Amino acid sequence: MTYVVKPQFHHPALPKNELGYTHRDYEGSISTLCAGCGHDSISATLIEACFELSIAPHRVAKLSGIGCSSKTPTYFLGNSHGFNSVHGRMPSVLTGANLANRDLIYLGVSGDGDSASIGFGQFAHALRRGVNMVYIVENNGVYGLTKGQFSATADRGSKSKRGVTNNDNSIDLVAMALQLGATFVARSFSGDKTQLLPIIKAAIEHQGAAFIDVISPCVAFNNHAGSTKSFDYVREHNEAVNRLDVITGRAPIKIDYAPGSVQIVEQHDGTKLVLRKLDSDYDVHDRVAAMTFLQTHAAKGQIVTGLLYVDSEPEDLHHHLNTVDAALNTLSEKELCPGSAALEKINASLR
Amino acid sequence: MPIQSVNDFVVRFANVNGSGSASANEMFARAVLRMGIPVAPRNIFPSNIQGLPTWYEVRISEAGHLGARGGTDLLVAMNPQTWDKDVATIEPGGYLLYDSTKPLPASKFRDDISVIGVPLTEICNREYSEPRQRQLFKNIIYVGALSALLDIDVAAIEQLIGEQYKGKEKLLQPNIHALHLGRDWALANLTCPLGIRLKRADAVKDRIFVEGNAAAALGAVYGGATVCAWYPITPSSSLADAFTRHCARLRVDPETKKSKYAIIQAEDELASIGVVIGAAWNGARAFTATSGPGISLMQEFLGLAYFAEIPSVVFDVQRAGPSTGMPTRTQQCDVLSCAYASHGDTKHILLFPEDPAEAFEFGAQAFDLADRLQTPIFVMLDLDIGMNHRLCRPFKWDDARKYDRGKVMTAADLDAGKEFGRYLDVDSDGIPYRTYPGTHPSKGSFFTRGTSRDRYARYTEEGAPYADNMQRLLRKFETAKDLVPRPLLAQAPKPTRYGVIYYGSTSPAMDEAIDLIEARGQPVDRLRIRAFPFHSSVSSFIAEHDFVFVVEQNRDAQLRSLIVNECSIDPVRLVPILHYDGTPITARHIAGAVGDHLDKLKVRPLRKVMS
Repeated sequence: MTYVVKPQFHHPALPKNELGYTHRDYEGSISTLCAGCGHDSISATLIEACFELSIAPHRVAKLSGIGCSSKTPTYFLGNSHGFNSVHGRMPSVLTGANLANRDLIYLGVSGDGDSASIGFGQFAHALRRGVNMVYIVENNGVYGLTKGQFSATADRGSKSKRGVTNNDNSIDLVAMALQLGATFVARSFSGDKTQLLPIIKAAIEHQGAAFIDVISPCVAFNNHAGSTKSFDYVREHNEAVNRLDVITGRAPIKIDYAPGSVQIVEQHDGTKLVLRKLDSDYDVHDRVAAMTFLQTHAAKGQIVTGLLYVDSEPEDLHHHLNTVDAALNTLSEKELCPGSAALEKINASLR
Repeated sequence: MPIQSVNDFVVRFANVNGSGSASANEMFARAVLRMGIPVAPRNIFPSNIQGLPTWYEVRISEAGHLGARGGTDLLVAMNPQTWDKDVATIEPGGYLLYDSTKPLPASKFRDDISVIGVPLTEICNREYSEPRQRQLFKNIIYVGALSALLDIDVAAIEQLIGEQYKGKEKLLQPNIHALHLGRDWALANLTCPLGIRLKRADAVKDRIFVEGNAAAALGAVYGGATVCAWYPITPSSSLADAFTRHCARLRVDPETKKSKYAIIQAEDELASIGVVIGAAWNGARAFTATSGPGISLMQEFLGLAYFAEIPSVVFDVQRAGPSTGMPTRTQQCDVLSCAYASHGDTKHILLFPEDPAEAFEFGAQAFDLADRLQTPIFVMLDLDIGMNHRLCRPFKWDDARKYDRGKVMTAADLDAGKEFGRYLDVDSDGIPYRTYPGTHPSKGSFFTRGTSRDRYARYTEEGAPYADNMQRLLRKFETAKDLVPRPLLAQAPKPTRYGVIYYGSTSPAMDEAIDLIEARGQPVDRLRIRAFPFHSSVSSFIAEHDFVFVVEQNRDAQLRSLIVNECSIDPVRLVPILHYDGTPITARHIAGAVGDHLDKLKVRPLRKVMS
């Protein structure tokens, strides 16, 4: 299929956001993924998150690698620049883009093959550096476009559609992200939009390296009995630690939850995250505790979801490099070229 | 008969890596330079930090020959490990300076050279008690002895020591003292000066003395690079280091103390080129510095940059390959792997600087070319010019020069109703317009991908739009031929049927060789290629000559292959002259090889044989 033109017409009474855009303004072209693919739900949630946050669509840059998940940036935010790069290398391309212009929002979309197998190194190093981005892995544990091979996030002992058992240990990207120093780490499920939407919104507001692992069942190759990434399996084993609401700007906070189960997290830019804790002992600011919690539940076969860790005062790569406030791509020869007088001095020092 | 020569000889220092000899040897070279006499130093170093043999060769040439000459007139033998081989390199009639503290059997020497013993260890042990001092000052002491033996202006060395230890007064006096220890001992105990000696001249003029890597990095600063991503690899690391140093001095906002640049030491070369492509896609000028193995790793990304048309700059400081090859030895062996980098049909633009001055110029120009042509640009240095100090014309910059950011459509253009198609060839030069991300709320956005697309950047797997796009990329490559640096022609004094093509660091050896070849009565026209794709003058040059020698520093005659392939030349007419043992090519080698061929050709001119 080449491309299908999506009809432009829409209901005149569609709700508009603060910028006057409807959610249609955040859509992309028609998805070419399989009907029912979890990835399409994630795209829809991303559209809704950007719409609700009133983000000007062109202020987002969406980048991806190669694979089913990496195709999705074509299917949302049609007015944003997009870059479908090389398999496993989205993190480096995104890092470069972010260095060039710190003023845009960077959305990195990847998959489990793209991030946990071929691109494991780049995944790790982008998080280590604290690139200000939203890094979403649409995790289905399987290679879709090449028809059903296991990826590195497939659980040991899980069965492929052809009946082959996976003997290799799996990589938990959330555990890795926590260890590598990501300042916002969450896991969700493509089938749980109520949980996913506020997590994406909070990640966009977060001014640091935000990582979200979204389990997104592959309806074609990994939604059968014996899979640990199927809709049924994930619903049965989901252990949510909290439910999140995001309040942007300085809107007053109304709390209508039972005391003791609510935690308000204020981010650096004034955004407030309201966490309804499902596990009363869970502290969202404790990286080490998050790692322990994750491993303890993983050992019990439970998939922990929710916002697992957030640093309210994140430092990003630009902070570490002490770059100027202006976007580097706006600087001209006036700011960048030292000129002939300086060069004469350099010449003199080389004699 | 000992060699007699003023201002024209080769001094070779044989040292142990990590013994602190490098700065003393460099001081020696600079002192000669301060006397107005051109020098060409070359570091011959192992892939090692401490303990293995290392050499520093200084060619002194008032005539200004800066290529490697071959042979040694004076050997400063400070490494017992390599003694026998080193002594063997001395020209008949040459000189050997050695540490005579421990007596050596006569069999260790040669009858046809002059042997000069200086008890360096003894002098050191008498003067210093700390082992580290004994080691470091030994180097300065031999420089002191050389100053007497070669008639070096001692004030010039003292001045250099003063400059080097400016602000570190504690180190200044002891170094001056050590210098005089050696000098005084030589004056008191040896016949000074030797048959080879120095005499103040005025042959340096306003030239500067700088490494190609530092010059290229400065070019990147002047050319407006703001993002650099790199991975350490010899011999290119010093380019990124120099960029870091230059930026810290020239690119920090004086008020806010913030940086107008971003440098990332990436996890590997794949990430380096990925960062460059991401930054360039987003409108910043970005580059990486690497060597052959890095180029191999970057192949997939380079194809993406070609096909998705992302301006990007790669400095390739070449070393001997394949595989790890000889990491610290020079070659011009990445010509083909860069010209055709990546899978599928790709062709890239290469620039071949001859020295640091051109490394600076091309280093800056590469960014204009990348933006204008929206494609990767390779600046092809090598270890010989990258990591050695080379005398060259001073850097120049025209303050009226504006960066050529190429065809970029702005929000105002889009609002004015200009048609935007990312891959639309509006000007028939194969170069389309692009927009930076974030330009306009509703116009001008597009999706960049390595998969095929139509002129409006819409994904397609149809044959016709794919072929249309590939043809446009070829048109763009044609356009490049007139934008890249032109070849430079130097005609022989007499008309000739023979020509020679050369490029990059071969320049000084070639310039010197031409004199030697002409002295044999064989005039040859010269064409120095400075870029790929080849300008039409390359084909005409070959057409105008019966035979053209192509001088290169690789085994497979890579540039020759590129000429045969791209200009459709009969290979018989291009005679390869190759040098690829990892040492820099010499005038003697070129003159010998070209001369021998010409002698053969004189016997049986091919035209007559064929007719």
